[in-house]
Amino acid sequence: MHTIAELIIVFIILLDLALAVTGSLSVCIRLVAAQGVVAGLLPLLASSEGPASRALVFAVVIILLKGAIFPWLLMRARDKSGAHKDVEPLITYPASIMLCLGAFIASSWLGSRLPLPKTEVAWIVPASLATIFTGFMLITTRSKAITQVLGYLVIENGIYIFGLALFVEQPMMVELAILLDVFVAVFVMGIAIFHISREFDHIDTAELSELSDWRRGEYGK
Amino acid sequence: MEIIKPFIQFLAVMFLSPLLLGVINRVKALFAGRRGQPLCQLYWDLYKLFMKTPVYSRTTTWVFKGGPVIAVSAVVAALAVLPFAGRQSFLAFEGDFIFLIYLLGLARFFTVLAALDTGSAFEGMGASREMQFAVFAEPAFFLGLAALSRVTGQTSLAGMFGTLTSATWAAAAPVLILLTASFFMVLLAENSRVPADDPNTHLELTMIHEVMVLDHSGPELAYILYGASLKLWLFGALIACMVLPRGGSWAADTAVFLLFMVAVAAAVGVVESVMARLRMIKVPYMLITAFAFSALALIFQMGR
Amino acid sequence: MIYALLLVPFCAGVLAFIIRNDAARRRLLVSAAWLHAALTALCAADLLLGGSLSAALPGWAQGVSVWFAFDPLGMVFLCITSVLFLGASHYAVAYLASEKRDPGEDSDDGFIFNNAPEAVFTGCLLLFLAAMTAVTSSRHMGLLWASVEATTLLSAPLIYFHRTKRSLEATWKYLLICSVGIALALVGNLFLGAAALKNGAGLDIGGLMAGAAALDKPLLKAAFIFLFVGYGTKMGLSPFHTWLPDAHSEAPAVVSALLSGALLNCAFLGILRANAVCAGAGLADFTGGLLVLFGLFSVLTAALFMLGQRDYKRMLAYSSIEHMGILALGAGLGGGAAFGAILGAFSHSLAKAGLFFTSGLVLAAEKTKRIADVKGLRARAPRTAMLWLAGFFIITGTPPSGVFLAKFTILREALLRGHYWTAAAFLVFLAILFAGMARFFISMIYGTREPRPGEKPFAEPAGMLAPAAAFFILVVALGLYLPAWLNSLISSAAAGMGGAL
Repeated sequence: MHTIAELIIVFIILLDLALAVTGSLSVCIRLVAAQGVVAGLLPLLASSEGPASRALVFAVVIILLKGAIFPWLLMRARDKSGAHKDVEPLITYPASIMLCLGAFIASSWLGSRLPLPKTEVAWIVPASLATIFTGFMLITTRSKAITQVLGYLVIENGIYIFGLALFVEQPMMVELAILLDVFVAVFVMGIAIFHISREFDHIDTAELSELSDWRRGEYGK
Repeated sequence: MEIIKPFIQFLAVMFLSPLLLGVINRVKALFAGRRGQPLCQLYWDLYKLFMKTPVYSRTTTWVFKGGPVIAVSAVVAALAVLPFAGRQSFLAFEGDFIFLIYLLGLARFFTVLAALDTGSAFEGMGASREMQFAVFAEPAFFLGLAALSRVTGQTSLAGMFGTLTSATWAAAAPVLILLTASFFMVLLAENSRVPADDPNTHLELTMIHEVMVLDHSGPELAYILYGASLKLWLFGALIACMVLPRGGSWAADTAVFLLFMVAVAAAVGVVESVMARLRMIKVPYMLITAFAFSALALIFQMGR
Repeated sequence: MIYALLLVPFCAGVLAFIIRNDAARRRLLVSAAWLHAALTALCAADLLLGGSLSAALPGWAQGVSVWFAFDPLGMVFLCITSVLFLGASHYAVAYLASEKRDPGEDSDDGFIFNNAPEAVFTGCLLLFLAAMTAVTSSRHMGLLWASVEATTLLSAPLIYFHRTKRSLEATWKYLLICSVGIALALVGNLFLGAAALKNGAGLDIGGLMAGAAALDKPLLKAAFIFLFVGYGTKMGLSPFHTWLPDAHSEAPAVVSALLSGALLNCAFLGILRANAVCAGAGLADFTGGLLVLFGLFSVLTAALFMLGQRDYKRMLAYSSIEHMGILALGAGLGGGAAFGAILGAFSHSLAKAGLFFTSGLVLAAEKTKRIADVKGLRARAPRTAMLWLAGFFIITGTPPSGVFLAKFTILREALLRGHYWTAAAFLVFLAILFAGMARFFISMIYGTREPRPGEKPFAEPAGMLAPAAAFFILVVALGLYLPAWLNSLISSAAAGMGGAL
């Protein structure tokens, strides 16, 4: 079972790398969805005795949410905002992948330094930290509003895996509340993307720069 | 018998490697709906070229003539340390994987030097591209071998592949899968196959390897073609040694190994048939991916 | 009772989406606010009397729960929220009515824009209150996190009430920065859970506090750092404050008031909860140092940015950052300063809400947010100008007011403990802030005004003036006389927030 879990971890990291190099928005959305689904499968495999019914229910909810509902919402946002083009990174793809690798090296180091409980599945802590870093990279180095939402979701995936690594079992109600929050967040952000595309004719966040204390020319003339 | 086995293996490699290019061509022909060249076409080509009198440009020097010879000798020497079907080769020693990498680098260096020696801007462009991609391919290859050395705890190629058993696979499957993928990408790039380069192209905009050898003729061209087939064998054998299970008799292992080499060649043919060549600017992306795979494998292995 | 407290705004919020009649919906808003305030008062009284009130209730109405309960700390913040919302609801009714009559015209951009549907606005306002109530009453760190995130999501539509490009930009930044920041707080929660793994405390606040000494120290430190950055983003501590001036300047006045007065405090509560657990585990010096450092840095940032402001709502937003810095400073110093921090939270919320209410009036009178374009407010809207001036004196900590008392307490504590550099820096920053703000307020209120062509005289709606005036009077009263019950509530809250004692 552990080898399968390790393979899933490797797969998750490869998805991070793929996210760093993928140029197409729709592929990015699918990659994030795949990552969410795969991460949702992890708890079923990590326990050596058969999965508990609670874990099963939870996995089903997560897979449904991250594998079906989020991609659907985001695809809709993409279609309605007319953003069919590339993700338009602010740095080159090789630089992205190098950042990703650097993040992974840093998180391996960090993972070995942190006084965390011992995990049976290797690399789960570095993988989760690297996923969080990748999410931050997507938010900061991509110019579209929709990729920022994707980055948020990747961070969420990373945190979820991190939680698995730490064995922190939150009560069902709290877990569901967190999921509900993430769902509403994506929903509200999707609505905001509609409005941004309507007001600005596109969803490039470089345009969202009118409010500032520095640029005297454009604001408060 | 045990003493001559490595030599038999070595001779088999020397003799069989041109067959791989034939297999690739046949697979491509199959996909294109053609009948294709005979499997042994390269042998005839080599024979024909050796019979010819070479023609030299007046601007060239001994470097131009020596380049292909040195390149092919370097690859032959490299094959002497490479294990065959996981069995020891006759030149194996500790740390020989670095030797192998440097021999390949030497071969590339002299090929490039010979290309530059013609003084043609066209070949200089090819040389520049060749080196540009080598910058990405070599670290990927080197890191991959280093990771493999970490997995097995050995520093000779023969040792690495000798200790690589199905138990190793069970313990470190993710690392080995990553390495296999990385090596396959390096194989495609190093042997100028699609999607990194197109061996059949004659457009100057897209040529990389072919453009460097345009001025060679006769025996020198034969050396280059033969060296290319040996190099393909070298990378194919690395992958084969990594993936194949062992433990049968020498004959059985060898048979499986040879079959697998044909399969690798067929896989290259399939890739060439179903994929388009990458844009020149995207080739480094593929190699960086290979590099990322190798690096990940190494990091994983260190973190265990 | 707690469930009633949560359900009243929640149900009213859902209802507000359904009701079609504007007048009915506004009545609903005000009555829900009053009901919430009354229930809060009951709960507070119950807490002060040691539970004798709720004991008198029949069993089904007591509503004891593992998830929600009040302690003095949560209760203080609930009181702030409830009082603030009460004022805001009255203001909102007057505001919505005036927006209906006179739809927004933005002279900064020179175009007329639409507003979001009033039903959505009112509904989100009430749901926002429900989420904040949940923040103050939750007894589980995970639930606290979920509630704080819910406040972000529910307040985002409120910021985008005026459908302009700039408010959209502010909304997007707010959503994204706060969501990502709060995601970090989730990592902090996980660390906290890992720290408690050995003694099996879970994330229940009571359990964590009880077993704090046995927690794993390095993990607890990591947990605090993540929680601090996460909730600090939401609270507007510098350098995580970047969303705050944008959101506060573009939101309608009533929303700015609630964001500044109630929402930032809720995030502060998250930090205080973590701080209390760390203090229990003997890490008070570590957490206190962080709080003092970032608190001072926030005051410094606010002071520097104050100097070059061109927009009076952004100016108020930076003043909020300043006060959040002061609260963090007070919490970090601990002891008497903790008392000052809670008192500061109380009086800042009231004063800042009053100022934002007044800023809404200024905007209505002058149709611009640019400081340079507002001159001689005295002539155009005399009562507004008076409030504006009063608000300035109160918020900068001129005695007598609760704000002054809070700042003074914190400063005194810093000196008593020998943090002379901290105290000196604090004083210098406050002086810069006072001078910077005075310049703008005076130039806005005094000076000669040139009437714009085609301008109608401005009638100051009493419904918008009254809440601001009431809040200002309350703050001044707090500075003069602190009732014994409030004093004991604040003292026990200060005792419950940890800090370097």
